[in-house]
Amino acid sequence: MAITKLLVANRGEIAVRIIRAARELGLKTVQVHSAADTESLAVRMADEAVNIGPPIASKSYLNIANILKAAADTGADAVHPGYGFLAENADFADAVEAAGLVWIGPNGGAIRVMGDKVAARVAAEAAGVPVVPGSDGRIDDPDRARAVALAIGFPVMIKAAAGGGGRGIRIANDMDEFDRLIPQASAEAKSAFGDGGLYLEKVIERARHIEVQILGDGTRAIHLFERECSLQRRRQKVWEEAPSAQLPQPMREKLCASAVALAKAVGYRGAGTLEYLYDDATGHFYFIEMNTRIQVEHPVTEMVTGVDLVREMIRVCAGEPLRYRQEDIRLSGHSIEVRICAEDPARNFQPGPGTVTELTVPGGGGVRFDTMLYPGYQVPPFYDSLLGKLIVWDENRSAAITRMARALEELHVGGLPTTRSLHQLLARDPEVQAGAFHTRWLEPWLERNAHKLGTEETKA
Amino acid sequence: MTKQLLSPLPGTFYRRPSPDQPNFKEVGDTVAVGDVIGLIEVMKSFNEVQADQAGTLTAFIADDEEPVMAGQPLAELA
Repeated sequence: MAITKLLVANRGEIAVRIIRAARELGLKTVQVHSAADTESLAVRMADEAVNIGPPIASKSYLNIANILKAAADTGADAVHPGYGFLAENADFADAVEAAGLVWIGPNGGAIRVMGDKVAARVAAEAAGVPVVPGSDGRIDDPDRARAVALAIGFPVMIKAAAGGGGRGIRIANDMDEFDRLIPQASAEAKSAFGDGGLYLEKVIERARHIEVQILGDGTRAIHLFERECSLQRRRQKVWEEAPSAQLPQPMREKLCASAVALAKAVGYRGAGTLEYLYDDATGHFYFIEMNTRIQVEHPVTEMVTGVDLVREMIRVCAGEPLRYRQEDIRLSGHSIEVRICAEDPARNFQPGPGTVTELTVPGGGGVRFDTMLYPGYQVPPFYDSLLGKLIVWDENRSAAITRMARALEELHVGGLPTTRSLHQLLARDPEVQAGAFHTRWLEPWLERNAHKLGTEETKA
Repeated sequence: MTKQLLSPLPGTFYRRPSPDQPNFKEVGDTVAVGDVIGLIEVMKSFNEVQADQAGTLTAFIADDEEPVMAGQPLAELA
């Protein structure tokens, strides 16, 4: 390999995951960490560790100068950003490359194009990928806005051009409401983002969240089929599968081909994910955004394709050509991942950091648990609540759900609340078993089942 | 007599509702029971810290963006 020492610019389970991949590639590892993560599993596993600042992420995991200094001081020659933190920060990608280091991700230019919602939409359309019907960019003239709203049909989503993360979104159900909301939305966008620009999108009422995994080396790109992540709470995924619970084969082929077309059009390097909404009622799919990094739920794709995505992204970003042709990638069986978080489902998912007093990790065939926990580990309150990802594989979806229920029963994390009981209940739900869900299915289900989420279950 | 306002949770203490807004309270301000004096971020969820005593704010013991433990004093009242 062209690199020898990889700096891991992240924490938690993904840092552990990256260290494992690096080690299998014969690379040395440097784990940067905040003062709150001195005793983390990733720090213990890495060959070297460097404290880059205080607990608050803005002064440590988001501190570009300190991370680059750690790389220089340890002689690291590559940086893996994981997910979250600086993973989709184009300036960081540029700074890493300007320092003469290998960036394990697409270059800053590709991150910029795909990170800008309007630019990503334009790139998708140019590559022939369907997008949610909308205003094709900013709308500044109110008369044109009305005409566009009529053309795409109500309900219409009004979004801030400079917004993100669900902020600055309003839904208008008719023209009266539209006329009332446009000035409000513009004023709010101006005050929140310093830019009053708006754009419009059709509301897709009942859709599945389906995403396609891609790998590219800058010249060639392939897809590794799709994942479905329709079970979401507050726009956060809680249960993910590969392949989709219900996607007709011709639709799968179209979706995956469109993802490869877009990846090739932007000369994509590394692992990436194109997210789509899929409306089963009409059979339409729409590109929503691209994530230019490894994703939390990548293991389900690894389980059904046998490809180690983290290892492959390191290889291609270090300059090696992609080792797979499209026809090498075959889909086998079904995989499900559930996110085990330090949250109490019985108390409206209130987070609960603390010390892990006991830990029993599920095992047996087709079971994988990606985690940074160990007995005695103190889960700090400063970062997200993800403790681990329980992943299962089996021959088909129904067997995978049975296996997930079995693995969840074996899992025991003492000392902290966890979301285990939520997943136990989901695994037994007839609609989950039938794959009959969409992105707005889980929240009302949680309200209806709140009373059942109280107790940790042991044996049926 | 000095009274202390304690952090109800472990996490990161913020004196402002968001980075571009002013502090909830300044030294010298009057504090009534139930007034919000800051936020504690626990695993990306934000929780208001409400005063459980009244008085005049004489000092902040915890700084903005500082890590705090549950039960740690955040501010003093007189």
